Amino acid sequence: MSESLLETVGIYKSFVGVQALKNVSFSMQPGEIHCLAGENGSGKSTLIKVISGVYTPDAGHIEFQGKQYKKISPIDAINNGIQVIYQDFSVFPNLTVMENLAFNNELAEGRRLVNWKRMKSIAEEALSKINVSIDLDAYVGTLSVAEKQMIAISRALMQDARLIIMDEPTTALTKKEVTNLFEIITQLKAQGIATLFVSHKLNEVFEISERFTILRSGEVVASGATSDLDDRKFSFYMTGREFEKRNFKAENVSKNPIFRAEKAGLSNHFSDISFSLRQGEIIGITGLLDSGRTELALSMFGVRPIDKGTFFVDEKPVSIRSPRDAINYDIGYVPEDRLSEGLFLSQSIADNIVISKIDQLTKKAGVLDKEQRSKEVARWVENLAIATPDANNASQTLSGGNQQRIVLAKWLACNPRILVMNGPTVGVDIGSKHDIHGILHDLAKNGIGIIIFSDDLPEVIENCSRILVMKNGTIVTELSPENTDEKMILSYML
Amino acid sequence: MMTKDTIQPLQRFQHMYRNDRHLWRLVLMIVLWLLFMAITRFSKFYSMINFQTMAAQFPEFGIMSLGVMLCMITGGIDLSVVGTANLTSILMGFLLLRLTDAAGGLPAFAIPLVFLLAILIGGSLGLFNGLLVSKFHIPPILATMGSGELFTGICLAMTNGNAVSKFSRTYAKTINNRLFDLIPVQLIIFIVMAALIWFLISKTVFGTKIYMLGTNENVAKFSGLNIDSLYLKTYMLSGICAALGGMIMLANYNSARADYGTVYTLQCVLIVVLGGVNPSGGRGRISGVVLAIILLRLLETGLNRFPRISSYYISLIWGGVLILVMVMNYFTEHKKVVFQEPTHPTLQKETTE
Ligand SMILES: Nc1ncnc2c1ncn2[C@@H]1O[C@H](COP(=O)(O)OP(=O)(O)O)[C@@H](O)[C@H]1O
Ligand SMILES: [Mg+2]
Repeated sequence: MSESLLETVGIYKSFVGVQALKNVSFSMQPGEIHCLAGENGSGKSTLIKVISGVYTPDAGHIEFQGKQYKKISPIDAINNGIQVIYQDFSVFPNLTVMENLAFNNELAEGRRLVNWKRMKSIAEEALSKINVSIDLDAYVGTLSVAEKQMIAISRALMQDARLIIMDEPTTALTKKEVTNLFEIITQLKAQGIATLFVSHKLNEVFEISERFTILRSGEVVASGATSDLDDRKFSFYMTGREFEKRNFKAENVSKNPIFRAEKAGLSNHFSDISFSLRQGEIIGITGLLDSGRTELALSMFGVRPIDKGTFFVDEKPVSIRSPRDAINYDIGYVPEDRLSEGLFLSQSIADNIVISKIDQLTKKAGVLDKEQRSKEVARWVENLAIATPDANNASQTLSGGNQQRIVLAKWLACNPRILVMNGPTVGVDIGSKHDIHGILHDLAKNGIGIIIFSDDLPEVIENCSRILVMKNGTIVTELSPENTDEKMILSYML
Repeated sequence: MMTKDTIQPLQRFQHMYRNDRHLWRLVLMIVLWLLFMAITRFSKFYSMINFQTMAAQFPEFGIMSLGVMLCMITGGIDLSVVGTANLTSILMGFLLLRLTDAAGGLPAFAIPLVFLLAILIGGSLGLFNGLLVSKFHIPPILATMGSGELFTGICLAMTNGNAVSKFSRTYAKTINNRLFDLIPVQLIIFIVMAALIWFLISKTVFGTKIYMLGTNENVAKFSGLNIDSLYLKTYMLSGICAALGGMIMLANYNSARADYGTVYTLQCVLIVVLGGVNPSGGRGRISGVVLAIILLRLLETGLNRFPRISSYYISLIWGGVLILVMVMNYFTEHKKVVFQEPTHPTLQKETTE
C-alpha cells in the first residue's frame, strides 16, 4: 500500500460538556476523493479544524505523509499542502477577483508596490487551473456563492495544495452549480490533488466520492469504498435507525376535488395550469428551478396572485390575493425558505407555533389566553416530536429538522384542509425527513389534501400518489409513481 | 450534596439575570447615580419638591418615548412625535382660548373635551404615518421625518411662530395639581399610559403580533398576519402618546409653540435604545424604557445641581451614556457567538439537543 497522504489516529476532542470527537481514525490516499458524512453536530467541522490545525486534539495524533504530528499549527497544515475552504469562503468582498487571487502571493513575496500586470497574470493563471472564467475586475461581494467558491478554490490551488478540504460546499448551490463543482473536483484528481468534502446528502456522496467516512456523535461508524454503500446503509450509519421504505398510497380519496386550478397563469412565470387535488391525496409537482413551480406554489398561497384563469376551492371559484385569503380558505403553506419565510428565528418556539392561530387563543377583546396557548404549544411539541427542553427557547436553537416541524405545526394548528408544501424537507436531516414524510402520510389519511412542490425526486416518488412535471411554466405530463423512476421524470423536466 | 431544589432557585436567578441583564444594568446606573448625588449634593437633590418636579417634567417626553418604543418594536421609528405633540397642543391651545370666559375661567367640560380631542388628533396624525409606512411602503425613518416636518410646518403657518397663550390658567393649574398633595397629575397620566401599553404588548394578541412583525416582516406576511393593520395601529398609538405628551407640555409651559420640545425627538430615540429596545425590531420591554426615562431625568436634574456644569454639557453626557450602554450591549450580545464556527448565513445553526 502506498503511503497515506493524511492519517488521523485516535483523535479525541471535547468542548465544554460535549465530546465532539471520540477515537476518530481515518486516512486518505493522494488524489483521493473522500466524503465525510454525518448529521448536524456529528463532529465533521471539528474534525476538519483538527486536521487544519485550528484545534489541538485532546488525544491522538495526525500524520502527513508518514510524518507524525502531536500538535500542528495552521502553518504546518498549509506547508503540508492542506487547504480548507470554509463555509464562508474567507474571501474579501470589497476586493476585486484579481486582488483576492493575487494578494497572498504579493504579500508572501514581500512586495510593497502593486504591479497590476503581474497580478493580472497570476489571477488568470489561477482561474485557468480550474477552467473557469470570472470577470477579474468584479468585486467579490457581487458574485454568486458558487463563484466565490471557485475563487476560494483557485486561491487554494495557488498555494500548492495537495489536499483541499471543503466544509459543506454544496449547501448553498443550485443543482447546476453542484455539477460544475464536481467537475472541478474530478479535474483536481487528475492533477493528483485530493479532496475531502463534507456532505450529508446521499446522492452527492454516491456521485462523486471514491471512499467515505461517516461520523455519528463524534465516532466513526463506517468508512470504506463508496461502491459498497447503498441507500439503506447510508441512512442507517448516519442516524443509527432503520428506515423501512413506505410508499404512499392514497386511501379514501374524496370524489370531488377540494382544490382545482383551471387554466391558471401568472405572466412570465407559468400559464395554462390545470390540475385538481382531492382530499386524501398527496400530489407532487416537480420541475427545474425556473420551471415556474415555486411561483405556482406562491400563487396558491396568494403571495403572487394569478393573473389568468381560476382557482376553485370545493368547486367554488375563489380569489386568493393574499396569504390571509388563502388561510380563510383553509390553505396552509410551508415555505421553501424556512429562514426568510417560515420562522421568526429569534422568537420562541411557542410563539412560532401559535402565531397564525393566535386570534383564536383569546379570552375576549384580544387578550391572550395563556393557558390555551400553552396547551396548544404542548400539543404540537408532543405530536410532532419537536426536540426541545423548553418551548420558550428561540427557534434558532433547533436543528433544521426540528425547525421544519415548527413550521408544520404552525399550519397544522390552523386545521388546514389543503396543505401546500414547498420543499417539505429542504435542509432537514434524514431522521426528521423520514418522520415528516410519515406525518404527511397520516395527514392525508385524515382527509387533508396535500401538494408537495419539490425537486427531490426520490421524495416525490415515495410520497406522492400522482406526479405533475413542470417545464417552462406549463405542466408537461402527469405520472404515476408506480411506473416511474427518477430518470423518466428528469427526461420530462429537462 | 446539592439537591435539585437548591440548584433550581440559583439557576432561576442566573436565568433571570441573563434575560434581564439590560434592566439590571440600568438599575445599577440609577443606584450609582443616586449614591453619587447623596454623597455630593444630598440636601439639594434629596428633597420632596425636587422629586415632585422631576415627576412632573419627565412625563412630557416619557409618554412620547413609549410611542417611539412601540414603533421600534415593529422595526420602525417615529420621528414625528414632537411635531404631533406641538400640532395637538397648538390646536387645543386655540380651543382653550375660545372656551375661556371673560372671568378667565373654563367650563367644566373643557378639560375632558380637549383631552378627548387631543387623542383623536394624535390618533389621526399617527394614522397618517401608518398609511405612509404600510400602504406606500415608505421607510418609517423617512416617512415620519417628513410628516414631522409637515406637522411643524402647519404649526408655524397657523401661529406665525408665535406662542399660543393667554388661555385660562385653569388648564395648567388642573394638570399641575397633585393627587393627595403628593403625586403630580402628569405622573398619573404617564402611569396610566405606561400601564395600558404594558398590557397591550405583553398580554394581548396585538403585542405578540407586533413583536413578530418586527422580527421579520416577510415571515409575518407568510404567517397570515394583517401587516397593514398592525402598522396602522402601532403608529396610531404612537400618535396618541405624542399628543398626550403635547397636552402635558401645554400645561407645563402654560402655552404652545411650534418649536417647543425640539430636543425631544432625539431624546426619545435615545431613551428607547437605552431602554434595550432592539433598533431593528422584535425585541424590547417597557420596563427598560421606563428605567431609561427615569435615569435620564435623574441625570439631568442631578447635573443641574452643579452650577459649574453648564447645561451645554448635558447633551455631551447623554451621548456618552448612550454610546457606553450600546457598546456594553455589543459585548454581552457578541460573547455568545464568539465561539461559533463561521457559518454561511443561509445555513442553520447546529442543534444542541
Ligand atoms: N467551539 C465550540 N464550542 C463548544 N461546542 C462546540 C464547538 N464547536 C462544535 N461544538 C459542538 O461539537 C459538536 C460537533 O460540532 P461540529 O463539528 O460543528 O458538527 P458538524 O460540523 O458535524 O455539524 C456539536 O455538538 C457542537 O455543538
Ligand atoms: Mg459543520
